[in-house]
Amino acid sequence: MDNRDSQEIRIGFYICHCGSNIAAMVDCPAVAKAIGKLAGVVLTRDYKYMCSDPGQELIRKDIAEFKLNRVVVASCSPLLHEKTFRGAVEAGGLNPFYFHMVNIREHDAWVHTDKAEATEKACALSRAAIRRVAKHKALEVKRVSVHPDVLVVGGGIAGIHAAMTIANAGRKVYLVEREPSIGGHMAKFDKTFPTLDCAACILTPKMSEAGSHPNITLMTYSEVAKMDGYVGNYTVTIKRKPRYIKEDVCTGCQECIANCVYKEPKFRDEFNEGLGKRKPVYIPFPQATPQVVAIDSRTCLNFKGGVLTDMCKKSCVAACGEKQAIDFTQQEILQEVKVGAIIIATGFQPFDAARIPQYGYGRYPNVYTALEIERLVNASGPTSGHVIMRDGTEPKSIGIIHCVGSRDQKTNRWCSKVCCMYSLKLAHLLKEHTGAEIYNFYIDMRTPGKGYEEFYDKLLEEGVHFIRGRVGEVTDWAASPEEEGKLVVRVEDTLAGYVRRIPFDMVVLATGLEPKSDAQDVRRLFNMSCGSEGFFLERHPKLAPVSTFSDGIYIAGCCQGPRDIPDTVAQAGAAAAEVLVLVDKGYIEQEPNTAFILDEECCGCKSCIPLCPYTAITFDATRKKAVINEALCKGCGTCVAACPSGSIVQNLFEDDEIFSEIEGVLAHD
Amino acid sequence: MKLKKRIIQYEAERVVGFADEIRNVPGCEELRSCIQCGTCSGVCPLSTYMDYSPRQIIGMVQSGFKDKALRSHTIWLCASCYSCAVECPRKIRITDIMYELKQRAIQERIYPRRFPIPILAQEFNKMAQTHGRVTENVLAAIMFLKSTWWTAFGMWRLGLGLMRRGRFPLHLESIKRKDELNRMLKTLDKVTIDMLHDERGKGEPARGGGR
Amino acid sequence: MTTYSYFPGCSLKGSGRAYEESLLPVLRALDVELEELDDWNCCGATAYMAVDEVRACVIASRNLALAEKLSHKELLAPCNACYLVLNKTQHYMKESPSVQGAIQKALKAGGLTCKGTQPVRHPLDVIVNTIGLDAIRKRVRRPLTGLKVAPYYGCQIVRPYATFDDQYNPTTMDRLLEALGCTVVPFPLKTRCCGGSLTGTLPEPGLHCSYLILKEALRRQADVIATVCPLCQFNLDSYHDKIAGKWGAVRIPTVYMTQLMGLAFNMNERELGLYRGFIPMKPLPASKPAE
Ligand SMILES: Cc1cc2nc3c(=O)[nH]c(=O)nc-3n(C[C@H](O)[C@H](O)[C@H](O)COP(=O)(O)OP(=O)(O)OC[C@H]3O[C@@H](n4cnc5c(N)ncnc54)[C@H](O)[C@@H]3O)c2cc1C
Ligand code: SF4
Ligand code: SF4
Repeated sequence: MDNRDSQEIRIGFYICHCGSNIAAMVDCPAVAKAIGKLAGVVLTRDYKYMCSDPGQELIRKDIAEFKLNRVVVASCSPLLHEKTFRGAVEAGGLNPFYFHMVNIREHDAWVHTDKAEATEKACALSRAAIRRVAKHKALEVKRVSVHPDVLVVGGGIAGIHAAMTIANAGRKVYLVEREPSIGGHMAKFDKTFPTLDCAACILTPKMSEAGSHPNITLMTYSEVAKMDGYVGNYTVTIKRKPRYIKEDVCTGCQECIANCVYKEPKFRDEFNEGLGKRKPVYIPFPQATPQVVAIDSRTCLNFKGGVLTDMCKKSCVAACGEKQAIDFTQQEILQEVKVGAIIIATGFQPFDAARIPQYGYGRYPNVYTALEIERLVNASGPTSGHVIMRDGTEPKSIGIIHCVGSRDQKTNRWCSKVCCMYSLKLAHLLKEHTGAEIYNFYIDMRTPGKGYEEFYDKLLEEGVHFIRGRVGEVTDWAASPEEEGKLVVRVEDTLAGYVRRIPFDMVVLATGLEPKSDAQDVRRLFNMSCGSEGFFLERHPKLAPVSTFSDGIYIAGCCQGPRDIPDTVAQAGAAAAEVLVLVDKGYIEQEPNTAFILDEECCGCKSCIPLCPYTAITFDATRKKAVINEALCKGCGTCVAACPSGSIVQNLFEDDEIFSEIEGVLAHD
Repeated sequence: MKLKKRIIQYEAERVVGFADEIRNVPGCEELRSCIQCGTCSGVCPLSTYMDYSPRQIIGMVQSGFKDKALRSHTIWLCASCYSCAVECPRKIRITDIMYELKQRAIQERIYPRRFPIPILAQEFNKMAQTHGRVTENVLAAIMFLKSTWWTAFGMWRLGLGLMRRGRFPLHLESIKRKDELNRMLKTLDKVTIDMLHDERGKGEPARGGGR
Repeated sequence: MTTYSYFPGCSLKGSGRAYEESLLPVLRALDVELEELDDWNCCGATAYMAVDEVRACVIASRNLALAEKLSHKELLAPCNACYLVLNKTQHYMKESPSVQGAIQKALKAGGLTCKGTQPVRHPLDVIVNTIGLDAIRKRVRRPLTGLKVAPYYGCQIVRPYATFDDQYNPTTMDRLLEALGCTVVPFPLKTRCCGGSLTGTLPEPGLHCSYLILKEALRRQADVIATVCPLCQFNLDSYHDKIAGKWGAVRIPTVYMTQLMGLAFNMNERELGLYRGFIPMKPLPASKPAE
């Protein structure tokens, strides 16, 4: 095949029906006929599915038979099939960049209602492509090598599972977790639906394996501060907060905790949702990984306002003895690592129940959130698994309110997907622990999933009451004697058709899942996008669910949207597989749409340098010229437009390519 | 045994397009998004006395059971406290829909005879229009005479008490520039008719209320 | 000295007379004057919105237009219902071009103009958020120490628009009452409906609303209920005989917040219109003036 740019131009034009997606609104044969009359066009065809094997075969054969040296396909979005058709062109022996694609589906058929007008538009767009493709040059795909190490951000079940999978495949992983221990939300649960297996029993082995895996570098109490570089070659700066304990020396004997000058735990215990207390030196929970204590400088007597004063008698240091694991002089350090790919698994945060004041959270002590109940029924929780309320009594009647901060346009619009199921789980556990009468108030019962509907059935059998109605309010005013001293739920029993007031000892709010409050910062840090709700956006909701719009950055778990543990783990596995594809291949191919500088014309004004969002441009001081690093250039074109002397050119977007395209659109027959 | 209620409704009893008509009234646009969660009924202080809960009324309107909705006591029991409207998870302004239903019931004269509330509503309107102000006790008297006049006897003690405390003015309050207000209202009537013609002309569904 | 335009509304000239009688001197004591709109008309209150909402807005807009004629920046509307109707009219003027059009044509016929942007404010808002609690505390001569008050806000001051306080748990009046020296009892029914005009039209459900509020106030051991709306005050104060006949006696006085302010400012009880209530307030526990 002739792959020189300066040949007699012989264009093949193909228009796809896309079933009826395009053909219903665009008269494809008519377009083919019109385009066939244009200069340089040797052949036109309309075909039902160009992306199918026979469709691609058509291109391949025609190139040989008709000696085509340029190809244009008018079909769907290049996002979907540009790669496919470039492949077909290459298979026919042509340079794959002697090809151009026209989107007449999303840009035309799907957005028009008048067939004549849509057909005319398809002609105009195709005409533009014909003129453009004639100017195309043969380009070369470049390869960039990929650093084999991987970074996983967030040590919940998603992060742990992804890290383990990659580590087991023999790759090195840095697992960065903000809290002193990995485990995420799952570590707080007692049992997990629908099988009711003990959360600790299934999670702890994974945690300790991750903690001791030779290929995993665990960085707890740490956060990512900065990310530079590009797919395959990221440089990540990790901020390691001081825990005032030498991690490699501490054995987790916890003598320091026993001997702290505070004889009794006094401070809010975050892991127990504030239901228990801890000391300034603490280990978040018995199975914490790493088994290393931490000192909280906000409450430790040796600090004041976070600043070291050395005023405490430091009985902890004495207790630690020989090991000398306690180090009050530790400072925050920044550590740099190089990785080829990154998985973000930063999870969710529960909806703040106080945002719906009608439900009385924070006002009535016996109103609880679901996560608090998880701790209350947990044998290692603040009450050792006894369900004792804040007023010291055991509840005899409990109301569980679904959809708190979900499906509500005043707070969060989406369904949080797991609350129905975890409410069933909590109903079961609370009944088991207290024998109380339990009511679930739901809008719709959503239990799709393997074994989930069966679990619902089981709860119905257990005699838990289900009332279909979104609760109006929880109050403590009594309208009748049986309501005295109780929390009263006012709700419409929509199935029976009554408005009811039901008194309870305890009310549980099934709070929804929402994006973490710092999701926007994380998004910026890693060049990702967020959907309108604030969860990280996947590249394609069906076909690329763990990829992001940044190559080499993947997402897993609840940071992408609410989901349960089975789905989280599946997604984490998928993200790990994508990462392995990248690092095992060892290189990536780069779209050659990069910009380059015409040295002789560059005047060295440096206008372009600060504009590049990927910091790909540097200045060569000796030659006084700007230089573009091809590996960093993403082809955004910003510099091209900005250069005052017009000395930056971008492959695939050269001036004559664009101008002939414009002429093509505007040219009328 | 006498059977009182039937549950079945036939298609013939529906007014197709009623929901759309209501939806076209300012304030009622969100009607369609109701998920029948019952929050409105759960917070409504008057729902205890209603024959249909606010949720059911929304459901009836959605399904086009116009007659049932307009005949309900619910719309007249609504005290306009807006509890439902601020709680609805779909931001449906139920109170405004109740207003619209009341208005239609009055126009179509579908309401229990001698039922005091619609009469109060109309008299209130008339008095405000003719005098510019409302003298509550006179209004109450008219209302009771027109509707449940016999209950007025039960109210004599209240009237007396109010009088003794100087809270029962004996003259009718009125504004000075009645013509100004009247001109405004006459113009409004004309505007409304024009508007209706306009919209009919454009082939859009008529806005409710015959304004 | 600040002056506000003042829209009293029909009730303040009739059954809610005591509200005006206490509002004017209390504001004067705080250096605020009110200028009553000349020839104002009925606000367009809710009841006849049932007949025609646009008409109600047009009637309300005349008042807004009259207020814009005066040179004062803001309009004061003490009745919750008037406050809402005036605000709602402004909202409709902004949101709905068709309502705005109708209003403007009607106003023109009446020789008036109205932009619909002048703030309409409730005295509770002005007293606490503009005048300020410090000024109030300075003016208190006889702190109402030991007086247990249930703050009752009513519906339309917070719903559907929460203009100056939390929609679910407003606290503006709570803070005012505390500044007067009162003990504020926690009152979950502070924004529950009093029955509105139903008390007169359908006594059973209407009065039941009032009954629940009165009963809960007694259950919380309040000495008195404080209101900011003439209709609420009327409902909670005037039907005790009927309520007692239906569900049992729940006798507790209901007064205007401005009457309590007047008492704390050591003003004359009679001039504050306190005698107009059906259930008299008990003599104040601490009747000895401070200082
Ligand atoms: C009350 C309740 C009960 C539930 N019960 C069940 C159940 O029984 N069964 C079930 O299948 N599912 C259940 N779920 C759902 C389950 O919690 C989630 O599916 C699961 O926790 C998601 O895991 P994750 O790793 O994506 O997120 P998370 O568990 O939230 O983990 C995220 C981790 O990332 C860390 N992190 C966050 N931001 C950063 C950052 N910037 N840098 C570093 N680290 C960061 C966090 O500290 C955390 O450790 C329940 C949910 C709730 C709210
Ligand atoms: S609260 Fe809103 S969504 Fe729920 S039933 Fe009532 S109108 Fe429908
Ligand atoms: S506005 Fe009407 S329907 Fe809505 S809660 Fe109040 S009384 Fe009930």
